[in-house]
Amino acid sequence: MDLMTVLLADVVQPGLGAVGAGLAAIGAGIGVGLIGKGAVEAIARQPEALNDIRANMILTAALVEGAALFAIIVGLLAVL
Amino acid sequence: MVKGRQQTPIFKAKSPGFLRFIFPGSAVHFCLHTLIFAPNFKKGMRFRLLKYFAATFYFLICSFFLNPAIAQDHGKENGENGESKKAFNAKEIIFGHVLDAHEFHFMDIKNEDGTHHPVSIPLPVILYSPQRGMDFFMSSKFHHGEHAYKDYIILTDETIKERGLDPKKYSAQQIVPVNGDGEIDPAVTVYDLSLTRNVVQMLLALIIFVWIMIAIAKRYKKGEGVTTAPKGVQGFFEPIIVFIKDDVAKPNLGHAYAKYLPYLLTVFFFILINNIFGLIPGTANVTGNIAFTIVLGLISFAVILGSSNKHYWGHIFNPPGMPLWVKFILVPVEFVSVFVKPMALIIRLFANMVAGHIIIICLISLIFIFSAMNKTVGIATSPVAIAFTIFIYFIEILVAFLQAYIFTMLTAVFIGQAREGGHDHHAEDKHTVAGYDDPVIV
Repeated sequence: MDLMTVLLADVVQPGLGAVGAGLAAIGAGIGVGLIGKGAVEAIARQPEALNDIRANMILTAALVEGAALFAIIVGLLAVL
Repeated sequence: MVKGRQQTPIFKAKSPGFLRFIFPGSAVHFCLHTLIFAPNFKKGMRFRLLKYFAATFYFLICSFFLNPAIAQDHGKENGENGESKKAFNAKEIIFGHVLDAHEFHFMDIKNEDGTHHPVSIPLPVILYSPQRGMDFFMSSKFHHGEHAYKDYIILTDETIKERGLDPKKYSAQQIVPVNGDGEIDPAVTVYDLSLTRNVVQMLLALIIFVWIMIAIAKRYKKGEGVTTAPKGVQGFFEPIIVFIKDDVAKPNLGHAYAKYLPYLLTVFFFILINNIFGLIPGTANVTGNIAFTIVLGLISFAVILGSSNKHYWGHIFNPPGMPLWVKFILVPVEFVSVFVKPMALIIRLFANMVAGHIIIICLISLIFIFSAMNKTVGIATSPVAIAFTIFIYFIEILVAFLQAYIFTMLTAVFIGQAREGGHDHHAEDKHTVAGYDDPVIV
């Protein structure tokens, strides 16, 4: 029982924290990729709306990155 | 007796690593110097373009090839000299940069005997203990963890390991009370109210920000920029202020935007200037500190709650247009979301800034990590790492502006949501400025 607790606390938790952070990076990649896809398609349909689309794309990307960074902070907490 | 020809000593080029870069480097330097500093002949655009490319190339070459000479010093020793040099510990470096400290630490200069002499600016330490009273002194008295002063010591990573303390309870730069023998005194509790580097940097940013804004306000009062075109620092800040007014405040807050505009502008510029200051090498990481963002989030939460009205709480506890069984699920979710939205503001700002700083430090640490394995690999890593770091630095500047804007915009959105009137009260909203009737979220 004690061995398992010690192992879980010191060995498995940082490893799982790193795995969680990696999964968060996958989520961020997929999310921002979808934003980029939508933005590029919208620009292709209407090139004169370029500036508005670019502003909204950057804004939405920051919000999605925020969600991914929550998960990274939790991963960091698991490592420490 | 035949004397052999006098052997002249042959000059043996010793060629340590960095000399290999100085010779080709100096050839490149010479060519680029003549190209850059030559006057603009009448050759026209093409020559000027070549000059600018040469200047950029020269700058990049300098930043790539000057660092191996510096990277050499740290990477080679791997702990053979005992306590004078330890192996490169990336975690300590990262947390030493990202967390708070009682001094501005810039670098360590290596003495001849291998010990390190830190170059840092000490900061005031203010301690209060119910058992010992107030103490006020400079953190230089601690001599970086070697001496106790007034029966307090500051912990460093080495002393935590030496004393065998639990790293989860004690962290570097923590001040602990000691008794006469130098052991930690458990009977004394100490409250650390010091001016740490986060506090000092925040105060400095505050003073600069207030000074700039008062200067701009005085100029507007004198009439410059009102009937004429704004000049100088006015011209830099006016588009930003107008942008916050027109694209953040007015669409979300409707005709009461003027009441909240001071707060929104303050929080935007305060976060922005602290973000930018944190990007300068050697400074503290103010916005990447959870305490700083918690306070900002709490103030925004207070403003949001203070501007909420009956309709807002009615919509939370009794959402209109829902069947009863959905309300049982929705009401707890809506109530929790009242608290989660400022929490998200807090964590978003904190996580973005600290992640950016950690990425920059990790990329530079790559050089030292690879140098510890193999010197040549370390030198080869440095251009790549520096290039990535410069790239990430530009992204961090963008993130500095973006996170300030997002914090402000979301605060405005939440205030607007809290102020929403009943949708059947159109008659009283007719007298509006700029034709904004209801809060329209863009």
